[in-house]
Amino acid sequence: MYKIVSAQFLAENIKKIEIEAPRIAKKRKAGQFVMIRVGQTGERVPLTIAGSDPEKGTITIIVQGMGKSTKELNRKEAGDTINDIVGPLGAPSHIENFGTAVSIGGGVGAAIAYPTAVALKEAGNYVITINGARSKDLVILEEEMKAVSDEAYITTDDGSYGLHGFVTQKLQQLIDSGKKIDYVLAIGPIPMMKAIAEVTRPYNIPTVVSLNPIMVDGTGMCGGCRVTINNEIKFACVDGPEFDAHLVDFKNLTDRNKIYLTEEKQSAESFVHKCNLQQQL
Amino acid sequence: MEQQSITTKERLAIPRQVMLAQDPEGRNKNFKEVNLGYTPEQAKQEALRCIQCKDPACIKGCPVNIKIDQFIKMIADGNFLGAAKKIKEDNVLPAICGRVCPQEDQCEKLCILTKKRESVAIGNLERFAADYERETGNIELPVIHASTGKKVAIIGSGPAGLSCANDLAQLGHAVTVFEALHELGGVLMYGIPEFRLPKTIVQTEIDGMKKLGITFVPNAVAGRSITVDELLQEEGFDAVFIGVGAGLPWFMGIPGENLVGVYSANEFLTRVNLMKSYDFPENDTPVFNCQGKNVAVFGGGNTAMDAVRTAKRLGAEHAYIVYRRSEAEMPARKEEVHHAREEGIEFLMLMNPLEFLGNDQQWLTGAKCLKMELGEPDDSGRRRPVPIKDSEFILPIDMAVISIGNGSNPLIKQTTPDIDVSKRDTIVVDMNTMATSKENVYAGGDIVTGGATVILAMGAGRTAAAAIHEKLMNTTAN
Repeated sequence: MYKIVSAQFLAENIKKIEIEAPRIAKKRKAGQFVMIRVGQTGERVPLTIAGSDPEKGTITIIVQGMGKSTKELNRKEAGDTINDIVGPLGAPSHIENFGTAVSIGGGVGAAIAYPTAVALKEAGNYVITINGARSKDLVILEEEMKAVSDEAYITTDDGSYGLHGFVTQKLQQLIDSGKKIDYVLAIGPIPMMKAIAEVTRPYNIPTVVSLNPIMVDGTGMCGGCRVTINNEIKFACVDGPEFDAHLVDFKNLTDRNKIYLTEEKQSAESFVHKCNLQQQL
Repeated sequence: MEQQSITTKERLAIPRQVMLAQDPEGRNKNFKEVNLGYTPEQAKQEALRCIQCKDPACIKGCPVNIKIDQFIKMIADGNFLGAAKKIKEDNVLPAICGRVCPQEDQCEKLCILTKKRESVAIGNLERFAADYERETGNIELPVIHASTGKKVAIIGSGPAGLSCANDLAQLGHAVTVFEALHELGGVLMYGIPEFRLPKTIVQTEIDGMKKLGITFVPNAVAGRSITVDELLQEEGFDAVFIGVGAGLPWFMGIPGENLVGVYSANEFLTRVNLMKSYDFPENDTPVFNCQGKNVAVFGGGNTAMDAVRTAKRLGAEHAYIVYRRSEAEMPARKEEVHHAREEGIEFLMLMNPLEFLGNDQQWLTGAKCLKMELGEPDDSGRRRPVPIKDSEFILPIDMAVISIGNGSNPLIKQTTPDIDVSKRDTIVVDMNTMATSKENVYAGGDIVTGGATVILAMGAGRTAAAAIHEKLMNTTAN
């Protein structure tokens, strides 16, 4: 059992959770993830590590309640426990001084883009961050991003904050302004990552995305997380999760991620139903 | 004594006892164990069939050299607990091996009776003795030697790791077993299905080992959470045994393998066995909805049989084994093939997939296959399958399971480059000691041999334990 040290909502349905996991806290590097199993009958869910405190022996994850497991996790409070956590898994982000690096986070993807932005800054890059959300109240980690950025931008789909539009538009503006960009990291929903890849492709800007296929063990044993990169099979859990955005077959990833849609919906609905019943009692 | 009065002729007249099993039509819809074991009477009868050879060949066929003649005589005498103890002198997991060992290729193959009739059912008797001991609550803790003050780390809690840990703990070493998954047991838990090896049996064995003082650390991935060097240098272990298995599934490298509905056997079985997706939504992990669907498993080994029988139990309308050679070349245990056929599994032999086909949403719709015929024997001694010209056809399927074997997980190689590996990425060891090229690091099981059997892995674990013990105790003397 692993103890939750602190937990608070950053935005509606998006929670920051700090968990005691000393071995992971000591070893984890930017870009790596953990597998979490909330309860005894739970599934194994991959979640990127947003930060860690090696001295305190804790790691931080930022979770958006989407399916049953993440909704269940988001109901946890400080003092609660989770059954299992294993990591750090996946290859760490490739970090070097590229020159000017743009780190783009869409929605809860900002939680994953953030630790890599920190690492890019530490490596001496001129760091630009673009943080995109549907609306102002869903923007997370704004202050943290600002603190590590030489330039920090916010975009919202509805225009309630920052630039009215998508992260791709902001990136295009930066490119059009003549700024020399040496590296782009984009993390968020698949359509966003695909769109970013198309923005940078004509300029041959090295672009990396962090993929989120369905996983079971997360250690290379099952191959469920295989993705198509340059027409070759790769395992996201050991070969990734970060890949060259210009080589990713996004349609294959999108389609493979839909395999359990019916079951996921069933699980989430019955969980919410049970929770509502418990509240009424 | 009744046994002494029985003549060899009378022994040979007893037919091989058939283990009771669940009815095929019922069991192919549930996950309960297929075999129900011998009754005590059956066990005694079967044991009487053993003619007690002076120089028993069967023992030479056992990778851990169980004193087969002796334990069988004890069963014939009605001393079931004595038989279980006798087996445990050489094999720490008899209830498991009695169920999953390929006896017909090992001990039973060499039984003298096979010259004219069926061999003694050694595996069934091993299982009976172990089950009797466990079910009557008579498992005794073995004698544990005084503490040596030495610490040994075992990486992997599968058959190799468990047997190595068990021997070292009995010899008085402080043993810690690190396991990557959240459950202990390795392939015994994630790979072999409940209907062939009930998980409570594995758990009972592991509980027994905890009583020996072995510490188990789940959720620890070697090469990520901990490295071999950290164990030796920072955590104060005097030796490390690597028994991580063959854990990287191979794919066939044909078009369409990333379509939705194409699984590795590891993924399909892990979802169903370890994550219990047969009990969805009570358990959260889903698996492909097989109800009324056509499922094809590609391969001919025990894992392929496990996968296809699992698909049938999940409701598949047609559950096929597609294999490129003929049934005679299939590496699966005969019993598994027999059970599979009884359960309605369809065997499509001499057939090789060329490509997986899908719809617009990239869901699998079929496999383009080629018919084969057998040619000359190849390096493995089996007749090579040769394509029949213009024999292509499409097998309509909704789900495919690739079960053609596993390679080595790259994590240990990447993080411990001073351990020599072969061209196939298996760890190179001295087979007499299981020592690797790195000082105080040993390895055994599938990570050394490539995909093999539970009993071979256990044998390797024991060999390593003996070598580690000798090394550590000699170091103390110096």
